[in-house]
Amino acid sequence: MDSIISAQGLSKRYRLGASATNDRTLREVIVDKTRSWFGSDAPANGNGADKRFFWALRDVSFDIQRGDVVGIIGKNGAGKSTLLKLLSRITDPTQGRAEIVGRVGSLLEVGTGFHPELTGRENIFLNGTLMGMSRREVATKFDAIVEFAEVERFLDTPVKRYSSGMYVRLAFAVAAHLEPDVLIVDEVLAVGDMAFQRKCLGKVQDVATHGNTVLFVSHNMGAVTSLCTRAILLERGSVVLDGTVNEVVDRYMTGTANQAQTPGRITYQPLPADDRDGQVLAMTSLDHAGRACENTLFTDGFSVELEYVLHRRVPDLEVSIDVFDRNGAKVFYSSTRRPPTGDTFEPGRYRSRVRIPGKFLIPNHYWISAAMLVPNVRFVDQRERAVSVQIVDNGSDLHRFAGTDVGSVWVDLEWGTTRE
Amino acid sequence: MSTTATKTLDTPQRVQPRAFIRPRSGWSTLDVFELWRYRDLLFMLAKRDVMVRYKQATLGVAWAIIVPLTQMAVFVLFFGNLLGAGNKANEAAKSAVIYPVFLLAAQTPWNYFASTVVSACNSLVGDSNLIRKVYFPRLVVPLSSIGAPFVDFVIAFIVLLGLMLWYGMSIVPALVALPLLAIAVTLAALGVGLLLSALTVSYRDFRAVIPVLIQLWFYATPVIISLTWLGEKWNWLLMLLKLNPMAGPIEAFRAVVLGLPIDWTGLWCSLGSTLLFIIIGLAYFCRVERRFADVV
Repeated sequence: MDSIISAQGLSKRYRLGASATNDRTLREVIVDKTRSWFGSDAPANGNGADKRFFWALRDVSFDIQRGDVVGIIGKNGAGKSTLLKLLSRITDPTQGRAEIVGRVGSLLEVGTGFHPELTGRENIFLNGTLMGMSRREVATKFDAIVEFAEVERFLDTPVKRYSSGMYVRLAFAVAAHLEPDVLIVDEVLAVGDMAFQRKCLGKVQDVATHGNTVLFVSHNMGAVTSLCTRAILLERGSVVLDGTVNEVVDRYMTGTANQAQTPGRITYQPLPADDRDGQVLAMTSLDHAGRACENTLFTDGFSVELEYVLHRRVPDLEVSIDVFDRNGAKVFYSSTRRPPTGDTFEPGRYRSRVRIPGKFLIPNHYWISAAMLVPNVRFVDQRERAVSVQIVDNGSDLHRFAGTDVGSVWVDLEWGTTRE
Repeated sequence: MSTTATKTLDTPQRVQPRAFIRPRSGWSTLDVFELWRYRDLLFMLAKRDVMVRYKQATLGVAWAIIVPLTQMAVFVLFFGNLLGAGNKANEAAKSAVIYPVFLLAAQTPWNYFASTVVSACNSLVGDSNLIRKVYFPRLVVPLSSIGAPFVDFVIAFIVLLGLMLWYGMSIVPALVALPLLAIAVTLAALGVGLLLSALTVSYRDFRAVIPVLIQLWFYATPVIISLTWLGEKWNWLLMLLKLNPMAGPIEAFRAVVLGLPIDWTGLWCSLGSTLLFIIIGLAYFCRVERRFADVV
């Protein structure tokens, strides 16, 4: 058959704790070895209950045919990135196997393999060879890459002086011109300006129509639906649904709407720090008295508090929320705009709070998403529809219209009326 | 063959490469073909290191000249004049030896070795963002760390030739023999560097150990003195020091520069232990490289 990727029972287990984040010191190893000699406390192998390990991916199987464009969706920590890492051979599975036919090109994170001190030209060659091209191959595609990225004038400028948009364009251009048999796209299209996004989507579509295969990971359900024919939904490391894109996206959207553990507050399990620069740890909606709540009065307004951690310095980081109405339409977006950590961006734990004033949102039900992002470059973390808020009417005067659609934003405008 | 190896050298248009992804454990062998396909990456990473190094420094290339010369001046002052190593050199060679040349002839290959080992050790951790996000043969990273030290070595080598000309010595034997010895030094540096780079990823302790190790190694290597100065009663130590992969090449380097006879036994001993280091280094590297992305 024309199966281009076939995976059987792929599983990946990580160690938790100090060794998962970074260091494994000699002392630890010596202690471990000594323990196992004496037969006590030896780590139980393959035992799922062992607290020192966690399965990022468990028994994932699928077959992908040539020319398929497959969306991989799931919440943060569902195992999407781990799956891509296994398929691009960055790391070995703990169990299971997969076979891939053809050259694999990954478009992972923006700027991986770019050196800020080197010029655009030098970086194109560095990045191209990193993706497995030869220098000659890069040279023949050089003009096309430069044209696609629209950086002709800055070719001999160190990329540290590039705008974030230029950076993204250059990174995408190099990967897109690799002409792989299997293109792995991880969340990159969520960034860049609209025109460039369209161009990138066009390029991905191009890859697909030439009979090549695309694996597309995104939180942007719009992009997934328009690009992919098929989707795989991952949840806690396992495939929950593998089917047509509409079927899977539907399931994902309904699934994410019911995850709050305590009313008005959701916490997230900290994920391994080596994989990410930071993450959202908790999100809470608070009433005017500062209590976690799901209901708030129309005149009181409410606050949204985000707790998050930065593992590495992230320049230009912003923290933001999106508010959606019950139909899933976005009502507004708000971000810290300036880096939340002031002039420094040191790693650490932070808490940001934004107040949404009273007499602003029409009494109704709203969903709030959170994100940590570098505008136009990348998302550090995204949490979809994390908490919900019910705004209870207490004198908006709108009860007169109960049951009818009066929009989402309440405005008190001056009307002038004259009799003709 | 390594189990996840891509089984062909051809372009995808002709024969589809096939990747097998499955757990690996125990010892695995080096995939030379794959490494060869990534030779351009090796070159680009080395070039990157060289460019970044000289772009960031205001004095740029000048450092490659200033540093070894300053080092030499200090050694000449302390060991040559104050401790009488200069006279000792004359006695041992039974002729007038120019101690600054004696020193620089050993320092040049030593510095090349030491800085290659140090940068190889830091290379995997330094490029951890690449290792975590892109697939390529990991061996490329420590191998490419030879780049910047090599450029420094070439510059220092030219300085050495200049110094020899200044003292009216013939540079012809040096021009012929030293590039060959430089290969021996490169192999020694890579063998040691590979082993230590993989150990550094597995155990971060090694980052603290390496400066000390290099310093001790310096004193176990005949840079300031020559092994020929050791008398009869130090025979056991001499045998031990000859196993140092750097002892033979450095003594030979100096012998060529000063026009003295080469100690072939010493050179072969060192080449033997270099080979051993390369085998152990490669074997350990291949054993642990699949874990790099998870732990680096």
